[in-house]
Amino acid sequence: MLRITGGKVYDPANNVNGVIKDICIDGGRIVAAADESLGAEAPRAKAARAIDASGMLVFPGGVDVHTHVAGGALNFARGLVPENQRAARKFLHSKDRRAGLGGMTPTTFATGYLYAGMGWTTVNEAAVPVLTAKHTHEELHDTPIVDKSALLLMANNEMVLDLLEAGEGERARHVVAWLIWAAKVYGVKAVNPGGVAAWKWGKNASALHETFEGYTSLTPAKIIAGLAQIVDELRLPHPLHLHCNNLGVPGNVATTVETMKVLEGRRAHLAHLQFHAYGGDGWSNMHSEAAAVAEAFNRHTNLTCDAGAVLFGDAVTITADGPWQHLLYQLTGRKWGNLDVENETGCGIVPYVYKDRSLVNAVQWAVGLELMLLITDPWRVFLTTDHPNGGCFWRYPEIVQLLMDVEFRKEQVRRLPEAAQKRIVLGDLDRKYSLSEIAIITSAGPARALGMANKGHLGVGADADVAIYPEHPDEDGFLFSYPRYVLKGGEIVVEEGDVIGGSEGREFIVRPEYDAAIEAYIRPLFQQAYTISFDNYPVALERLRHPEQVNLPTKSA
Amino acid sequence: MITLTLKEQPSVPLEAEVLSPDVTAELSNAAIRALPVYLGKRQRRVEDFFDVDGASSDQITIKGDASRVKWIGRAMTRGQITVTGNAGMHLGAYMSGGAIDVSGNGSDWVGAEMSGGLIRIGGNAGGQIGAAYRGSNTGMRDGTILVGGGAGLEVGMRMKRGIIAVRGPVRDFAGLQMRGGTIVLGSGAELRTGAWMMRGTIISLRHLPLMPTFLYSATYVPGFLRICSAYLDRLGFTLPCDEQEGAYRRYTGDTSVPGKGEILIWVPRGA
Repeated sequence: MLRITGGKVYDPANNVNGVIKDICIDGGRIVAAADESLGAEAPRAKAARAIDASGMLVFPGGVDVHTHVAGGALNFARGLVPENQRAARKFLHSKDRRAGLGGMTPTTFATGYLYAGMGWTTVNEAAVPVLTAKHTHEELHDTPIVDKSALLLMANNEMVLDLLEAGEGERARHVVAWLIWAAKVYGVKAVNPGGVAAWKWGKNASALHETFEGYTSLTPAKIIAGLAQIVDELRLPHPLHLHCNNLGVPGNVATTVETMKVLEGRRAHLAHLQFHAYGGDGWSNMHSEAAAVAEAFNRHTNLTCDAGAVLFGDAVTITADGPWQHLLYQLTGRKWGNLDVENETGCGIVPYVYKDRSLVNAVQWAVGLELMLLITDPWRVFLTTDHPNGGCFWRYPEIVQLLMDVEFRKEQVRRLPEAAQKRIVLGDLDRKYSLSEIAIITSAGPARALGMANKGHLGVGADADVAIYPEHPDEDGFLFSYPRYVLKGGEIVVEEGDVIGGSEGREFIVRPEYDAAIEAYIRPLFQQAYTISFDNYPVALERLRHPEQVNLPTKSA
Repeated sequence: MITLTLKEQPSVPLEAEVLSPDVTAELSNAAIRALPVYLGKRQRRVEDFFDVDGASSDQITIKGDASRVKWIGRAMTRGQITVTGNAGMHLGAYMSGGAIDVSGNGSDWVGAEMSGGLIRIGGNAGGQIGAAYRGSNTGMRDGTILVGGGAGLEVGMRMKRGIIAVRGPVRDFAGLQMRGGTIVLGSGAELRTGAWMMRGTIISLRHLPLMPTFLYSATYVPGFLRICSAYLDRLGFTLPCDEQEGAYRRYTGDTSVPGKGEILIWVPRGA
């Protein structure tokens, strides 16, 4: 039994808002503070250890709803930016820790240490193709401390698209379910639906209701609606996780708002919404349409989203959105990596620097913050940078400060080029996030959106993932950079600000129902079109060291 | 003055970026002995490999065959390092000031990404001298590297400013993706000199096999060469610039990029 005493607890999921109370932990879980029933003295004596959190803030461990930390694409990115790795923070091998490098694309072990070192204990790897799922699981296994989940790329899988085009929705559902279990993942991700499939002909899919290369009647809208329906029918804990069409393109606000209409009546999570809220019809007149996107989003209570905020400085853009990445490469003229993942998806990688002198980058920076301020319900918008696309996850505290300190934020806006200030509304926004709201957008909200009942709160029965921060900003000026203590599953992983190692995290997976006969349908198609043998395709359950199969609700529920 | 005498060659390369005037300037003899060096993944002390004489100085002399000692003078900003013998890889990488003098051979990555200072190698150097490290946009940003012997591949790769002068022959890809600065080749080079160069000057005192993407433009003695020659003269390197003795054939390229660099090839009068 471990007891955290005297801290100011922020647990919005249980309506605890800055109350000084003790948190008791036993067997990796939060347990009832026994003193409520037994009196104060007895359990105190029983506690094997007490952490004195007086003058500190006690938060549920952070949950990253959308990040890229493992797998083929990220590894490609690591190889593409050795100059950044040389300058990156080094983790030397020690008794408790493995060696690694931080930077824009941290190595696996460093990823775990950096997340935990910031007080984040659950991460959702947002893009996994079935074909490289084994690699992803190996890397997730080597990402220590944090619990993990992963989403499967589905919106450009030729097998699924063919079925959707043929109107065979039910068979498509069985295929999707089979693929989810084959890849041992947690949910479904859709990236630029149809666009990546079209990219294999050098094209894109930029109109929601128009067909795209390779198909005669299928449209991006039909893919989105079809997949959202399948995810709902499979009763997956996390709704369809959607990267909308036309990411990053000026004027894409129309696509984004239209996508929300397509999704009416279905659950969905819109990823990195910042990249989808631009007006204008070219780079010269691109401006923020965060207000329009937020207005539409506020009305669509079936949706959640994450910010995908941008911070000035170095980044590496990694996305399955191959056509967009080629465009970005043409804009930057530096490095470009492109991957083709057979019949499933693709991937593009372009290192990028967001500059505050650039009008486009300044607008992007503002839009991420504007969305977080204009979307009224903090339970539906979460803090992300789409790591490493908009900035590195270890810079989240900078965003928290921008949300909490209106004067600081306005000062930053005033430093932007004047032309940029005219294209954004950030300077007019006076909303200030409270600590409780920060706990929602960093932990409670994303945990709820991911359907992880034991994450993101400090109620009885929750996983004992706790971050304890000093009440006042640290030396670097940011509030949430250096937690004094972090507990993961009841184990102390950060003590006095130092990551002291910790055990391997778990991987959440689901096993949706499918007709076993579907394998007989997939096998011949697969043998025709893929370069590997069908029997080598699925990831064996034994390959995951710490799988945690989440039970899906039954139909009647 | 600090003198470090190598006791014996380390079995694997020794990473010794602490061997820099900036580090030793204020340190006692005992503190210098205790400085960390890495033998493979193991952290050791300077005194495990070197006898250390002297203290608190930005003048360092290294004696012995230090060809397996890497990163000597890394990021130094001042002072002087003299190596009597050979030096290992990454000598003077990232340095911005001071001077390094090696009587024997240098190795790969001499003065990589340096931004100032002077490096002199008496013997041969390896590849990638004054170059950009893999992935970096920019190599050497300023400073001077002089090599008495020959050098390897990719001399001055992606360099932006500064001078590299090599007396002996160099291998392929000298001035690869060069963005500025000057490379002087005393004895010519092997293949693909100046490939992808955007800007900068490569001067060769011998005939060079040129890529077809370099275009002949003129034969003359450029005015700036007199300044360059006077500077190199002080360092003991002769660069002909007397019109009575000959002239330079100027080629522009690499037009495949397309670049605005130049290759100047010395043709003695009457040749």
